Amino acid sequence: MTPIQEFLENLKHTPRHLRESAMRTGRVPQTDRERSQSTFHNLFLHLQSVRTDRRSLRFAYTFGLGLILTASFVVLTITGILLMVYYKPGVELAYNSVKDIHFVVPAGRFIRNIHRWSAHLMVLAVFLHMARVFYTGSYKRPREFNWLIGLVLLVLTLGLSFTGYLLPWDQLAYWAVTIGANIANSPREVTDAIGITAWFDPGRFQKQLLLGANYVGQESLIRFYVLHVALLPLAITAVMGLHFWRVRKDGGLSRDESSPAPPARIGSRDVEVFAPTKTYGLMAVVRGRTPVVGKAPEGSVSSWPNLLWAEIAALMFTVAVTLALSYFWDAPLKEMANPAIPENPAKAPWYFLGLQELVSYSAFMGGVGIPSVVLLGLGLIPYLDRDPRGVGIWFGGPAGRRTFWQSAVYGLVSVLALLALTVNLGWLRTWFPTIPQIAIIILNPATVIVALYAAWSLWVLKRTSSIRMSAIALFTCFLAGFIVLTAMGSIFRGPNWHFYWWPSQWPVH
Amino acid sequence: MHDSSKRRDFLGLTALWSTVIAMGTALAGVMRLPKPAVQPGPLRVFKLGDPGQFAVGSVTRIEAGNFFLFREEQGFHAVSSVCTHLGCIVAHNEGEGFACPCHGSRFSTDGSVVGGPAPAALPWLEIALSPDGQLQVNAESPVPKGTRFRV
Repeated sequence: MTPIQEFLENLKHTPRHLRESAMRTGRVPQTDRERSQSTFHNLFLHLQSVRTDRRSLRFAYTFGLGLILTASFVVLTITGILLMVYYKPGVELAYNSVKDIHFVVPAGRFIRNIHRWSAHLMVLAVFLHMARVFYTGSYKRPREFNWLIGLVLLVLTLGLSFTGYLLPWDQLAYWAVTIGANIANSPREVTDAIGITAWFDPGRFQKQLLLGANYVGQESLIRFYVLHVALLPLAITAVMGLHFWRVRKDGGLSRDESSPAPPARIGSRDVEVFAPTKTYGLMAVVRGRTPVVGKAPEGSVSSWPNLLWAEIAALMFTVAVTLALSYFWDAPLKEMANPAIPENPAKAPWYFLGLQELVSYSAFMGGVGIPSVVLLGLGLIPYLDRDPRGVGIWFGGPAGRRTFWQSAVYGLVSVLALLALTVNLGWLRTWFPTIPQIAIIILNPATVIVALYAAWSLWVLKRTSSIRMSAIALFTCFLAGFIVLTAMGSIFRGPNWHFYWWPSQWPVH
Repeated sequence: MHDSSKRRDFLGLTALWSTVIAMGTALAGVMRLPKPAVQPGPLRVFKLGDPGQFAVGSVTRIEAGNFFLFREEQGFHAVSSVCTHLGCIVAHNEGEGFACPCHGSRFSTDGSVVGGPAPAALPWLEIALSPDGQLQVNAESPVPKGTRFRV
């Protein structure tokens, strides 16, 4: 073969060699061994185990919520970068650049709608995911720390939503952020009431840190922009990586280890039992939990392609839902921000409206006090409830299911009764106009509802002698309260934060 | 032998602590950056022109400064229109006082809280006469309730 022939021969085979060098095997895996290598030898796929427990793939166990979250984050990143091409973070420019995106940029309106709807989907999914993990007892040993990482992700997700809310610089954005910044300032309510603001003023510090000034202006816009497009996305990406890593290292998704593993079948096809290979051996000497160490492999299937299908299905679901919503409903854009005239009513996005309802009783309690207590309580759950039974079973069994329903009814009835009382009869200040502020901070509908829920949870603890039942009671009550308060803030509050039945026509103002 | 290991410990600890101090100082610098020495913001002192143009009994809403200017028999006074609850702008209803659109706080004619979640009264603002004879309100400088300005 002459050199020129060899050159031509190599040139002819370059596509095949390129494919082989990139994909190692160069073909769709045929055997279980090749399937596990496809997972193990790929940077992106090796984040997951080569084998997946069949119970982890059951839709009714996870509802794919974690995958939907990841998929919506991917959609948000892509659409967010596209929006950055046109968005200009200046008080004079921002509003018009968003208008340009809506009316002038090809597909801009659609991309912005997708960004908004997938943000809503992500927030909804993060709440549902947390509820799923809680009710299946998945926060228990060894997954306690991953529950905390999940809480950090919840806060980061809400932070991303909130910072994104200001960027259009319309009336809605401006006033929602003014309210948000003043909630950060609300520890002043307490420091003022006890008269130490001059020496100790965490409220002012937080507000200035957030806004970069005492007013919502250019400094605030650029801060929110930097948080929204750089700091928070980087942080959430890193923490998501940590979250996935811990899922893997804590032994995969939680499952009921006491029940026998289901047979390894996909549809009607038996899956060949996977014999340990070198990969296995390596994993076995590492201390820790992987889905297969110490367990027979019968209950698991190879992640390629079974887990991959689930992941692609979740991505398709997310994309389909956001596309459909974006096609029919536009992201809102009100008039340009006007610092002299507030929106009436000025409402934050739906997931903050429960808080806004609480804030309408006391800014500090609703905006800072109770959210902090709730986050602290959520963080403590895995360390207070250490009973290993019932992991991987919804509500931990029939007793938990009963507690769930009782607590849901109690939570709904008590919050509805309290709201009815407040709407019809007012609160302390209506009855005693000269009452000092500190009394209202301590005793308002928000603190009363928390006290009622805590009392119920303690009563359940006393009755059942089970911390798990007590935790289910408290979590369910708060979930019910959150849903009712969010509905109250979203639907039933109109101008001047007055109560209006839905549907009813708000007065023209 | 004993001495040399001591020296090594000493050098190791010095290296460790110098790293900690360097990183700590760098972190302090990073943390310090978001709080500027001067808070940026618009000038909040407003010149409102000749005092004579405000009729006795009039209420003027100054949009740029977010306050109301009252002219009464006893003199001028200015009341902030920024709600003390969460910073929305209150509306003035003649004879009734002030009402906030955001969370329903209500204030009496002198700015005291009469309803809703507001934690404090609407502040009265400092009024002065500028050197060129104009009425001047400093929206950053509260004065005790009842302080009126006579020209």
